[in-house]
Amino acid sequence: MNDVTGMPQTVVVVGGGADLSRAILRVLSGRRLRSVLLAGRSNESLQAAAEELRGLSVARVETERLDVTEIAGIEAFADEAARRVGHIDLVLIAAGELGTGELTELDAPSVARLATTNFTGPAAAMTAFARVLCAQGDGRIVVLSSVAGYRVRAANFVYGATKAGLDGFALGLGDALAGSGVEVMVVRPGFVRTKMTAGRKVPPFAVDASDVADAVLRGLESGASVVWVPAWLRYLFGILRLAPRSLWRRLPG
Amino acid sequence: MTGPRHGELLVGWGRAGPSAAWVVDPQRVEDVSAYLGEPGHHLPRGLGRSYGDAAQCAGGTVLDCTALDRIVELDELGGRVRVEAGCSIDALLRVIVPRGLFVPVTPGTRYVTVGGAIASDIHGKNHHRDGTISAHLEGLELATPTGRLQCGPDKDAELFWATTGGMGLTGVVTDATIRLLPIETSQMVVSTERTADLEACMARMSAADADHRYSVAWVDSLARGRHLGRSVITTGDHAARSDLTGKLRDDPLGFNPRQPLSVPVTPPVSLLNPLTVAAFNEAWYRRAPRTPTTELQRISTFFHPLDGVGRWNALYGPHGFTQYQFVVPFGAEDVVRAVLERLSSARAASFLVVLKRFGAAGQGHLSFPTAGWTLALDLPLGTVGLALVLDELDEIVAGAGGRVYLSKDGRVRPEILHAMYPRIAEWAEIRRSVDPEGVLESDLGRRLQLAGPRRHRTRPPERGRGR
Repeated sequence: MNDVTGMPQTVVVVGGGADLSRAILRVLSGRRLRSVLLAGRSNESLQAAAEELRGLSVARVETERLDVTEIAGIEAFADEAARRVGHIDLVLIAAGELGTGELTELDAPSVARLATTNFTGPAAAMTAFARVLCAQGDGRIVVLSSVAGYRVRAANFVYGATKAGLDGFALGLGDALAGSGVEVMVVRPGFVRTKMTAGRKVPPFAVDASDVADAVLRGLESGASVVWVPAWLRYLFGILRLAPRSLWRRLPG
Repeated sequence: MTGPRHGELLVGWGRAGPSAAWVVDPQRVEDVSAYLGEPGHHLPRGLGRSYGDAAQCAGGTVLDCTALDRIVELDELGGRVRVEAGCSIDALLRVIVPRGLFVPVTPGTRYVTVGGAIASDIHGKNHHRDGTISAHLEGLELATPTGRLQCGPDKDAELFWATTGGMGLTGVVTDATIRLLPIETSQMVVSTERTADLEACMARMSAADADHRYSVAWVDSLARGRHLGRSVITTGDHAARSDLTGKLRDDPLGFNPRQPLSVPVTPPVSLLNPLTVAAFNEAWYRRAPRTPTTELQRISTFFHPLDGVGRWNALYGPHGFTQYQFVVPFGAEDVVRAVLERLSSARAASFLVVLKRFGAAGQGHLSFPTAGWTLALDLPLGTVGLALVLDELDEIVAGAGGRVYLSKDGRVRPEILHAMYPRIAEWAEIRRSVDPEGVLESDLGRRLQLAGPRRHRTRPPERGRGR
């Protein structure tokens, strides 16, 4: 059960091998975490994440191979997760890829693939878990969105557009779930230094995975529905969103 | 017979951590057993005054027992009442006070049911003298998944003591026989005095307890340094007829408390913050007399001051609040000081801090009170960092041989709770004898793994359920 300070005991992660998932689970393990099911594409990174959690005295850690782009298997996975974990306190949706925004490198299949990985798959997973959590009467879904989806930029517009879709889906789902006992929290990090962003140019507001994890923890404790990392990006992007397009297009980075 | 059910989001008095369940309202005692036979987890609920998740059962069926509220038999001469468990202390007092009787134990609100009072094994301002409610029960009737049973201190005593303080997890208490306290009037002789710091407060309380049936201290949570723990102590006894003067003599047993005020809406932010609480505390302390003063007070004024404001819990805003109540043995006074210091330095504004001396422990396996000091603090939630501070306090309390109160809890770490209550395993064993399949379950029970590792008992999945 989640306690009244928002701390979960049991967590299912979709995208369990990702750096951000690992950082978030690390901080939760210091509180009430006792059972985790990690699902993801890469068996190698799942095992590494599982190993780490066992070392942090999480009593039960399981892994399961899951590719969110295989939509047909997602409902069954959610049911299987409920069977294995029992009462699921928190579902972390962390699957995603950066892709490319270079017009010359893009083609129809690659755009479709990224949209499935970053939007269709995660949205399907949220839907399936929303059903499971509604039936159990409570629970929380935490979705890793991005500031890139708040106003899409040319530099990474495909990624940004997929996150914009996911962000909107999550907010809408959260509203639709009002009164069900299930809550949705959207996390909007800026640039995070992780495996996924390695080799990219680092902007001035870059944060580490551990900063995102701390922000998620604070968000859970304060009952936030949207978390920005760092927190002041909320104000920066609130202004930037209103910038005229001619200016927005020319912003550096 | 079972009736219709509806989906409802249930939450405790602290208004944090809600969960959805199917709610049914048994109209007769026999209905309770019928419901318990249906699939899924079940839990009884009264008036929802537990602060945390004790009366929630996510995804299961919650039996709203408040319709089972008959006073079955009142023996005025013998001073005992047999009452259905959904009857509130408020309703009971309205019947018995005019007849010269009082409940042996009342908590700080009249709006609890008898069943809830037993499940929490409640204490009052007279614990140092009279113990908990279970010490005044002749017996009770319990609907369990394996049948209806009667138990009491002299009959199936193990089950009785597992049920008093058992948080509703051994069965649904359907009625109880309570020994009442004879009173001459509905007034209290109350002495009020203030003390400058914690040490003075504790010394004064230790001295005063022997002379008074009721005693409690209100502590200023925001006072620091040499003012840490400055307090207002009130002691009280039931007034005799000869204590009354003037108009009160015309109706010595009159009892008709009202609720003149109610918080109409939940404010968007907590109105109880360090600024407002500090102002209130200052005024409250200054209002109390420097030298002990004695006056007559109505029962409701003395025991249930907060019942005068309906929905006062909404003042904490959308994030709600929790109450941290613990007890530590005599000799561990330092812990009380440490907790006040820690919370005072964290500027955790607590509108209500109550200090009291407990007498000897009762026999309930999960009953909270043990001989020593108990401190209760209301703390607003949604404050980043509070969770860790409370975790620290748990360690200090457990280290001193103390414990926290399940009926107030919404966040203690399961391992620490098990260390605080060493008889949990024994209790779980008794519970298994009446509920081998684990039909009775609560969010609190799950969170703290009270009945051991969880068994699954699920309803067939339903799609698109109504809310």
